[in-house]
Formats: sequence, C-alpha cells, structure tokens
Amino acid sequence: MLEKFVTIDEIAVPLELQDVDTDRIIPARFLRKPRTVGYGQFMFYDLRFDDDGQPRSEFPLNRDVYRGARILVADVNFGCGSSREGAVWALSDTTHPDSSAGFRCIIAPSFGDIFYNNCTNNGVLPVRLGPADCATLRRQLEEAPGARLQVDLPKQVVRGPDGRQYSFDIDPFRKQRLLEGQDEISLTMTHQAAIEAFESRRRSVVPWLTPDGEASS
Amino acid sequence: MSARTLFDKVWEQHEVTRREDGTTLLYIDRHFLHEGSFHAFAALQMAQRTVRRPDATFACADHYVPTQNQRKGLEGIENAEIRNMVRLLHEHTDRFGIRRFGLQDPGQGIVHVVGPEQGLTQPGLTIVCGDSHTSTHGAFGALAFGIGASEVAHVLATQCLWQIRPKTLQILAEGQLSPGVTSKDLILYVIHRIGAAGAVGHSIEFAGSTIENLSMEARMTLCNMAIEAGGRAGMIAPDDKTFEYLKGRPFAPHGDAWDAAVSHWRSLSTDPGARFDRQARIDASDVAPMVTWGTSPEDAAPIDGTVPDPRSLEAPDRKARFERVLDYMGLEPNRPLEGLPVDRVFIGSCTNSRIEDLRVVAQIVDGHQARIPAWVVPGSLEVQRQAEAEGLHEVFMRANLEWRDPGCSMCLGINGDTIAPFERCASTSNRNFEGRQGKLGRTHLMSPAMAAVAAITGELTDIRKKA
Repeated sequence: MLEKFVTIDEIAVPLELQDVDTDRIIPARFLRKPRTVGYGQFMFYDLRFDDDGQPRSEFPLNRDVYRGARILVADVNFGCGSSREGAVWALSDTTHPDSSAGFRCIIAPSFGDIFYNNCTNNGVLPVRLGPADCATLRRQLEEAPGARLQVDLPKQVVRGPDGRQYSFDIDPFRKQRLLEGQDEISLTMTHQAAIEAFESRRRSVVPWLTPDGEASS
Repeated sequence: MSARTLFDKVWEQHEVTRREDGTTLLYIDRHFLHEGSFHAFAALQMAQRTVRRPDATFACADHYVPTQNQRKGLEGIENAEIRNMVRLLHEHTDRFGIRRFGLQDPGQGIVHVVGPEQGLTQPGLTIVCGDSHTSTHGAFGALAFGIGASEVAHVLATQCLWQIRPKTLQILAEGQLSPGVTSKDLILYVIHRIGAAGAVGHSIEFAGSTIENLSMEARMTLCNMAIEAGGRAGMIAPDDKTFEYLKGRPFAPHGDAWDAAVSHWRSLSTDPGARFDRQARIDASDVAPMVTWGTSPEDAAPIDGTVPDPRSLEAPDRKARFERVLDYMGLEPNRPLEGLPVDRVFIGSCTNSRIEDLRVVAQIVDGHQARIPAWVVPGSLEVQRQAEAEGLHEVFMRANLEWRDPGCSMCLGINGDTIAPFERCASTSNRNFEGRQGKLGRTHLMSPAMAAVAAITGELTDIRKKA
C-alpha cells in the first residue's frame, strides 16, 4: 500500500536545469545498493556534493531555506533517459536521515515517459504545467525561499505562493491510484479471468510463441 | 475497418481489457530481464507473489558483467557488490525457472543484442524490459518499450501492464544516405531536429525508402535511440529482410509454423492512408556524419560544423544551458568539431556492437595504429565468436585496439568500465549525459565508422575524408 496523495501544502524548491536525466538524479554506481539502505542519500549526488564529498552550498537542495521541501519545481524533460526507478526512490525517500529528499510532487513542463510512470507507481505526483507557469513558480520560489505551494489532486489544481491557481491534467486511472494508494498488482489480479481468456485466444493466433525448447543453441 | 498503423495493429492485438477512461490492460508476450531486475524480484518476494509466465521471461547478464576474463565466471568478478548483482540474477532465474543467458552461457550478451539474435524478438510482439533501450526490438515491428522496477514486478506477476495509448509519430525518411553516413548519423540527426523531448508520449514509426534500404542491424541502431528523442517506442514494419534475419534462429518458428508466422507478420504493416498524430519528413541526403558536442543526444552537429555559440541564443534559459554544457565539456564556442583531440574510444553498447558494426570498424582500422586507447566490446558471445571466425579480432589487435568480452561496459560503466574525469571519449553508445560514462567524463556520440577513424587519428575526424 502506498501513501495516499490527496492535498498537500508544502515548501517547494526550484531547480533551474533543463533535461535532467535520471543518471543525474541517481548516478548508476548506486543502483546496485538494495533499496533498504535509503536511496535519499544518493539523490543528485554529483550535483549536491563536490569531489571531496562536501555539500555544494550553491545547489538549491543544499540551501537551508529550502529545508524540508516536499515539492520540486523543475524544467523541461525532467527524468529523461534511463528507466531506473531508483531515481524516484531517491527523490521520494524519507527513510534516510537526509532532509533534502522526500519529495511527494514534482512540477515540470514535461517528463520522461518512464519516469512519469515510475513516479505514480511510488505515490509521487508528477504535475505538468506550461513552461511559462513553471518559470513563474521557480522565480517566486527563488525570490521568497521557503514559500509553500498547495497541490490539490482531487481538484487538479496547484496554488502558487501568490494565490494564483494553475490547473493540471492527469489521467483518471493514475489519479485514482494516487488518491487511494492502490496496489496495482492486486487490482490487475481482479482481471484474472480476462487475462486467462486472452492467453488462450493469443495461443491460437501465435502458436509458435510457446517455446518448443531451446532448439539448436 | 479503417486504415491502421503498425502500432495500432500490434496494440489492438494485445488489449486484454479496457477501462472506460481508455486505460488498457496490455498483454506482454516477452519479458526480458537483466541484473538490475533484482529490485523487482525483491518487491515480488516481499509481496509473496510468483512469476506468471516463466516461459515468456528471459534474462541476460549484461549490465554488471566484466568485459575481461569473463570465462572465469562469477569468481572472476573482484568487486563483491558487482559480483552479487550477477549472482542474484542467477539465483532469481533459477528459483523461478527462467531461461537465462547468464555468465558462461554461450548465448550471453547485451539483452538488446541477444533478443534478436536468439529469434526471441519477432514482429507483432509486445516486449518489455527494465531498460529504456528496449525500443531496439521495434526494428522487427514489435511494440517494445522500457519500464521501471515496479512495472517489471507487475509483469512478472501478471504478464500485463496498464497502459495509456501513446500518440503516433511517423518519421518518413526518403532517399539514400551519403557514403560514410549510417543509421547512427540518421538517428542523431532526427533527435537534433525534433529534440530530446520531441517524441515524448509518442510511439514512433520509421518508414520510407531510406529505412527500407537499411540492414536489420542498422534498423536496430535507429530504434534503439528512439528513446533519446523521448519516444515511448520506435517501430519499423517487418519485411523480407526481417524474415531473412529471423529464419533459423533458435527461438524463431520452424517448419509449417514458419510459413504461418510470415503470413501473420506480413499483415502488420501500416495500411495505405492510415493516419498518424504527427509526421516528420527527412531527406536522407541532408544527413552528414554527426557527432554530439554537449550532454544531451540532441546536442549534435555535422562533423564539419562547429561548437555552437551560446551568445547567439536569444532565450536566456537556453543560453544558460549551453554555457553550462560547454563548461562541462571543456569546449570553446565556435571551434570546429573536426580536429578536436580525444583521449579514448569506446566501440560497443546495445546501440552499436553488432557484427555489421565491427566489420565496418575492422575495415577502417586495418593497416593503421590506434593513437589512443580504444576498446571494442562485442554485443554478445555470438557476435564475439562470429567476429573471431572472420578474423576481425586480429585486425583489431594489430591496430592496437583492445578486443574485450561482451557486456554493456563503458556505455554506463556500472561494471567498473568507466572513463576518467575530464577524459574525452569518442563513443558509439547512446547517451552523452553528464557523468554517464564516468564522473566528469566527456562523451561524444558518433557512428562506429567515425569512432574507428578517431581511434587512428586521435581526434574527431570526418570519415568522408578518410574513407
């Protein structure tokens, strides 16, 4: 069961970077760690820390004024590249004693498709707003660090620090799953009969797919 | 019935059920795994679930395997954490009875090379894998896409995925590619034109005479990088070349089943007059050998071009990005790309490690000496055996290229094959992201031919002047 996402009112942090790929969100060398170690410690690792492992003071997620932020406002094509779900685990981790992770919502003009799915599969809400609206929000968060945003999933609305409202689209299926914290596998299991019926139809269309052993190799 | 696209047909043949809101439960014919799938197995076991179709599930050891002394097997992997990744894949596949092309299996290799090579990848199938370059398999007219770990667990448990139907984008390429220009150049050109997010939410179909003239290997390179344009999938209609490639492969249909299969496969092509949500046209004669200069695959330019000047950009955010990218890459604006010194060469990855790629490289380096460290990493043991049967490895070794064992290797470096900070690498892989090949490493993406010529000159070189 995932944590339900309904309405949140949280500190938001701006990230002025375009095309943030999942390699940057979590460098590949950390992916061999079991998730139980707390992936938050690896989030944006090479952007957050210098070569000596010291935090880079200029990186927004290291700034005290954004401490406790649970909303990230990013730029175009956020989460592009590799399918690694570790990127979402790092962004959303609350188990590691690292206050800069734990994001529940990411706002950006566009997302990598696989990353978008990975978010909703982990109870993280990805919100698509127009590039100009995202830029406005990032500027406001930069000018008034520590400002909060409200994200209302039932109404599909983001409220900015100035009270301005931005509505966003999300498909009903993902919305419902986020609202209910629903486990997708359990839901699919309720379609067991339909899956079995499909499998038997499919076997007659492509009978050669059922392997006849490992043949000559 | 109205005219339908290749994508429409494959999609519609896999709908198990559809909700009122349009979300579809899509059946998955083939599920490929690799070492990174250990996260999904962990989730599966925590929920006390099992694998629904082990017979439709296939695993490759590729991301974490060593590319030297692979014959030593697990014991040959020095780093305990890396060894554990390969060991876990072996354990999980044994436990659930999944066919494994693991370490020391004669079929071992990169999952996106092995699938087609074994005949597992076939037209009209739905194929998923916890790896974004799963789009490669679309070269056979399959609907193939990368998924995250939760989705891997979902497919293991149910053999299905909930999907929202993507939009369709046809990329129509007409005409002949110029000498020295390959499908790698074509895809870098496409990504440059439509952008790294240009195909987000879309399934791409590549069509037109340029595509029809490409070999299966070249088509795989093209579809492999559909994801670098943000595409959900990349597909090419199956034709005689596709069938020729598949015939006789271990998991391809045999005997009477072969004829039935070919007849089914022929029905999958896009019908005349079928509509796409978007279309882009490419004139093949516009495509030159391409190299990337930045940290996104869209940051590409013809080899006879220059590094762009951020000052020429109007939008402040684009300007800031370019400045940051050039700083990371250690490049001055306006300098010619040709003649840029490189420190090493990587020829390999699921994009360009197939036999055809290696033949091109051998032809170029034959009789020359590499001036810089250059690796050739075959895509699979099958590719390695074939290359050795043709004597290509001797050509490589005479030219001072390092001939290694198959795996993902220096494309993403998680087996330990990384480039050093600030090293500049001419690479046939698919991503030039910051830190992708190693922390602070500088990647220039290009075709195998361009990487091979860079190895012997030690700098970015226009293949058209050397060929």
